[in-house]
Amino acid sequence: MNGNIPAPTIEYAQLAPMLVVFGAAIVGVLVEAFAPRYLRSAIHLPITLLSLAAAFGLTIWQVVKGVPTKAAAMGAVAVDGPSLFIWGTILVLAFVSVLLINDEDHFVAAAAAVPGSAEEEQALHAGAGHTEVYPLVLFAVGGMLLFPAANDLLVMFVALEVMSLPLYLLCGLARRRRLLSQEAAVKYFLLGAFSSAFFLYGTALLYGYAGSVDLAKISTALGAVGGQDTLLYVGAAMLGVGLLFKIGGAPFQAWKPDVYQGSPTPITALMASGTLVAAFGALLRVFWVALGGLDWDWSPVLWGVAILTMIVGAVLAITQTDIKRMLAYSSIAHGGFLLVGVVATGTAAQNSASLSAILFYLVAYGFTTVGAFAIVTMVRDAGGEAWHLSRWAGLGKRSPLLAGTFAFFLLAFAGIPLTSGFFGKYAVFQAAVSGGALPLVIVGVVTSAVAAFFYVRVIVLMFFSDPAADGPSVVLPSRGTALVVGVAALATVFLGVFPQPVLDLAQNAAHSLFVR
Amino acid sequence: MEPAEIIQHSGGVIGASWLMIALPLLGAAILLLGGRRTDRFGHLLGVAMSVAAFVVAALAFFQLLGFAPGERRRGVSLYDLIPGITKIGLLVDPLSISFCLLITFVGSLIHIYSIGYMAHDPARRRFFAYLNLFVAAMLLLVLADNYLGLYVGWEGVGLASYLLIGFWQHKPSAATAAKKAFIVNRVGDFGLAIGIFTIFATFHSVSYAGVADGIAKGGSIPFTAIGLLLLLGACGKSAQLPLQSWLLDAMEGPTPVSALIHAATMVTAGVYLVVRSGPIFQATDTAQLVVTIVGVATLLAGAIIGTAKDDIKKALAGSTMSQIGYMMLAAGIGPAGYAFAIAHLITHGFFKADMFLGAGSVMHAMNDEVDMRKYGGLRKLMPITFVTFFIGYLAIIGFPLLSGYFTKDGIIETAVEHNAILGWLAVLGAGITGFYMSRLVFMTFFGKKRWEADAHPHESPAVMTWPLIILSVGAVVLGAFLVLGNRFMIFLAPAVGRPEELPSFAPFSPTGLVTLALVAVGAGFAWVRYGSAEVPAVAPRGSFLTTFARRDLYGDALNEALFMRPGQWLTRLAVFFDNRGIDGLVNSLAALIGGTSGRMRKVQTGFVRSYALSIFVGAAVLVGAWFVVGNL
Repeated sequence: MNGNIPAPTIEYAQLAPMLVVFGAAIVGVLVEAFAPRYLRSAIHLPITLLSLAAAFGLTIWQVVKGVPTKAAAMGAVAVDGPSLFIWGTILVLAFVSVLLINDEDHFVAAAAAVPGSAEEEQALHAGAGHTEVYPLVLFAVGGMLLFPAANDLLVMFVALEVMSLPLYLLCGLARRRRLLSQEAAVKYFLLGAFSSAFFLYGTALLYGYAGSVDLAKISTALGAVGGQDTLLYVGAAMLGVGLLFKIGGAPFQAWKPDVYQGSPTPITALMASGTLVAAFGALLRVFWVALGGLDWDWSPVLWGVAILTMIVGAVLAITQTDIKRMLAYSSIAHGGFLLVGVVATGTAAQNSASLSAILFYLVAYGFTTVGAFAIVTMVRDAGGEAWHLSRWAGLGKRSPLLAGTFAFFLLAFAGIPLTSGFFGKYAVFQAAVSGGALPLVIVGVVTSAVAAFFYVRVIVLMFFSDPAADGPSVVLPSRGTALVVGVAALATVFLGVFPQPVLDLAQNAAHSLFVR
Repeated sequence: MEPAEIIQHSGGVIGASWLMIALPLLGAAILLLGGRRTDRFGHLLGVAMSVAAFVVAALAFFQLLGFAPGERRRGVSLYDLIPGITKIGLLVDPLSISFCLLITFVGSLIHIYSIGYMAHDPARRRFFAYLNLFVAAMLLLVLADNYLGLYVGWEGVGLASYLLIGFWQHKPSAATAAKKAFIVNRVGDFGLAIGIFTIFATFHSVSYAGVADGIAKGGSIPFTAIGLLLLLGACGKSAQLPLQSWLLDAMEGPTPVSALIHAATMVTAGVYLVVRSGPIFQATDTAQLVVTIVGVATLLAGAIIGTAKDDIKKALAGSTMSQIGYMMLAAGIGPAGYAFAIAHLITHGFFKADMFLGAGSVMHAMNDEVDMRKYGGLRKLMPITFVTFFIGYLAIIGFPLLSGYFTKDGIIETAVEHNAILGWLAVLGAGITGFYMSRLVFMTFFGKKRWEADAHPHESPAVMTWPLIILSVGAVVLGAFLVLGNRFMIFLAPAVGRPEELPSFAPFSPTGLVTLALVAVGAGFAWVRYGSAEVPAVAPRGSFLTTFARRDLYGDALNEALFMRPGQWLTRLAVFFDNRGIDGLVNSLAALIGGTSGRMRKVQTGFVRSYALSIFVGAAVLVGAWFVVGNL
């Protein structure tokens, strides 16, 4: 101990996808500082898209080169099969979300101006805009990449914050219905901070128990440390609260409808797809790696959470009259279905089956949900996007293609065969049945039936009701939005008819499970 | 001899045989999604896709010929639909490739013919899109290596048939006919679906190979139940008794559709199903007997209906029913009959398509008139149509040395040997065929003109006559080519098996001579009644028997009395129970969930403080629960 701090060894190649995204985000900040206003948007878009594409390429390269079998950066980050699969998924979803973000004027002209003030009016006329959106999105995506790969509770906490803070800001930047948007941002921030505190407190207690924040070391401490069960149980439960908050598991789901509704719709699409994927990755890693030896304890608790989440999501969605809130509750219900897969643990083969099912489900759901929100951005009336369901009546008569595509996404959410949703649900429920979670699967199937009701209700509304006289019009999609909808629809069809390649990928990714 | 093993195959044209399905499907997708932009070249694209599928089929056929006969069943696996349960794959073997060649060759000719026939129709592109869709679905039906794929194709051709029968949906009669075809087929398809469910429940597989393995393993297998359920499906699609009623009305569709779907290909799918399911049918005498009885009953019923129709297309439709009856009869006999069933199916595909397209050519010339009483004396004005039609006519009545003579006679000989009563009834059917087909030809092409005042008959353009010429060449030579030397039976053997002893073709067997004599009597009688005598322009009342035949043997009346009226009562009863009982239950359940939802919604106050409280309470419950569970 002579005061020297040994330099850590960092495997830059393994971390390259994250580094590219973070680097591009920092370049974006510099662009904000130095580039003239009228050029910024034109500079940001290629940087953002290129960095996401490059990160995706680097992720693929890692897979081709051979998946690392040891955690990188002194055991702080685990770039393993599931991580790489999740990275690929998040990067593609983020790429399409950015196309949506770039597309129309979704964002406020001057965020600091009081809604309805003369200052805001002025900024609108001047054609001002917040191009900070792009670096913020990149920071959030970087956080999403780190979150599921973190092999250390403190790194995971940092990742959680890096992911969440930009999202809090982005939520408040909607161009229209600004009060709602700002309210959403504040709510998300307050509740997010609240849940982060739980996460951090849980980390501290677990450190007290195991003497380390490293997931692998916590795992080995489980059997070795005696008489400290209080620390362990309270710490693990609090950690669970922090993670379940992010995926919107009941009873921590209350923020989701409000935030999803108030945020600019492209940001909602990013959160509903990317954040969910990242949070599930982290949840799986904590529960399976750090607390894997404890599954007899947490699995009944998660059973309860899963059941409650499915019921709350499906039942509350029925009485929603706002399309974005309905999709938010649908996202809660899908989180519940995914939790069914999380508790289906057992032998290594069982774990890998469950994990691959969850990974497939995340891909399927991510694409469908981005597509659905992309369509929400296109149905507009004088006050912006038309969210109230009554405004969607008869849309099928006016824009059959758009309404048909949306109906298709809804059927995928409901899990109708020949859509990706069917195979996602099928895979997760099958894994759960073989993992001994049959009662959960029964609840899952029943709530799926309840959920099918409100999905089909929207279809009925669109195709079998008479259109309102002053109904919303469908804006002609720009190339970006059309591309997003097209890609999402294709992915939904492809994964529904030809799921094997992606199932194989997920199986390969899940085969070696998480590294320790 | 038993069918050969299936060998997995990849590479070559056979490995790419999915292109046969994909190309027409792509054509349909482009034409349907492309909208009016594709109006200009839509028909050409449709033809190109169909011809391309034919080219693939032909190349695959030649590659298949390159293998030894015992290795000519090639499985092409595409992907696992549900891992471990259902693989989606294709089976290229002598049986399926025969169908592929028939479907794509006749299909392409009919595509080409339609360019001329539909030239003035504003919705021509949509017509070609549906035709492409049909070709793709039909190829999937015959190429799938499992019952699930077959079922998807089966429903696909049903959809295409529905869309094309109702193609002129502005005519109420066409819309009704389409609906009728759809509903009647529902009955059959339901049987097929339950049959496939039973197959899966019994063998835990829906693939043909899996079924064959399961049969080889033995055990108690409900062969008869499966066979009868599959037969119900076959009856619906192939318009066999008792599900025959839709085919006559289906003639409301454009004539090329009648030729392709309702004569040459789709309606023969039932025969394909029975032959393909040979291992199941051969294990159950009951189901086989029922197949043969259905075949004979239909061949007689179709022939009798054909004698009384004045509508040229309906007379031909009756004849189609009847000819498929012959195929069904042969398919029910077993390996001895399979080759004849399929050979007759192929030759029938040629000569019946030839005659339907000929009828279309006549209608085209006569302002879409279909009543044969308003034709007469057309042979001089439409020489090509007449000659080709006449060749088709000679082929179907079994005139020596033409196609029908070989294939139909083969069926009759085999049937007489198998079961004398059924066999001689089939001979009687041949006699009636001689009568009604001669009547049709004499009324249309011979005698005096009985045209409407504004009719100006003329020969059709070359794009319509060339397909007729090519089809009539097939009608002349195919029968001899397939049957002489048992060429087709030996070719098919790896796929469906064959009898130990090959039949020998006897040109002047007693049965054959009696058949020919009866056909001659029938044709002569037709000449006396419709050739040399005046044909009244308005149909005479006729005897009770004529009315019986004109009313389709009271098939519709029977359906109405037996099914429609009781069905209506049943629906009323069901609606009553549904409203009172089931809806009450469902509605109260829905109200319960909805009410719960409404009450739970109140928790979502919108106040962030109450959300935080719920998180706090939730966290407390979670910690508490963990403690309870952990200390158990």
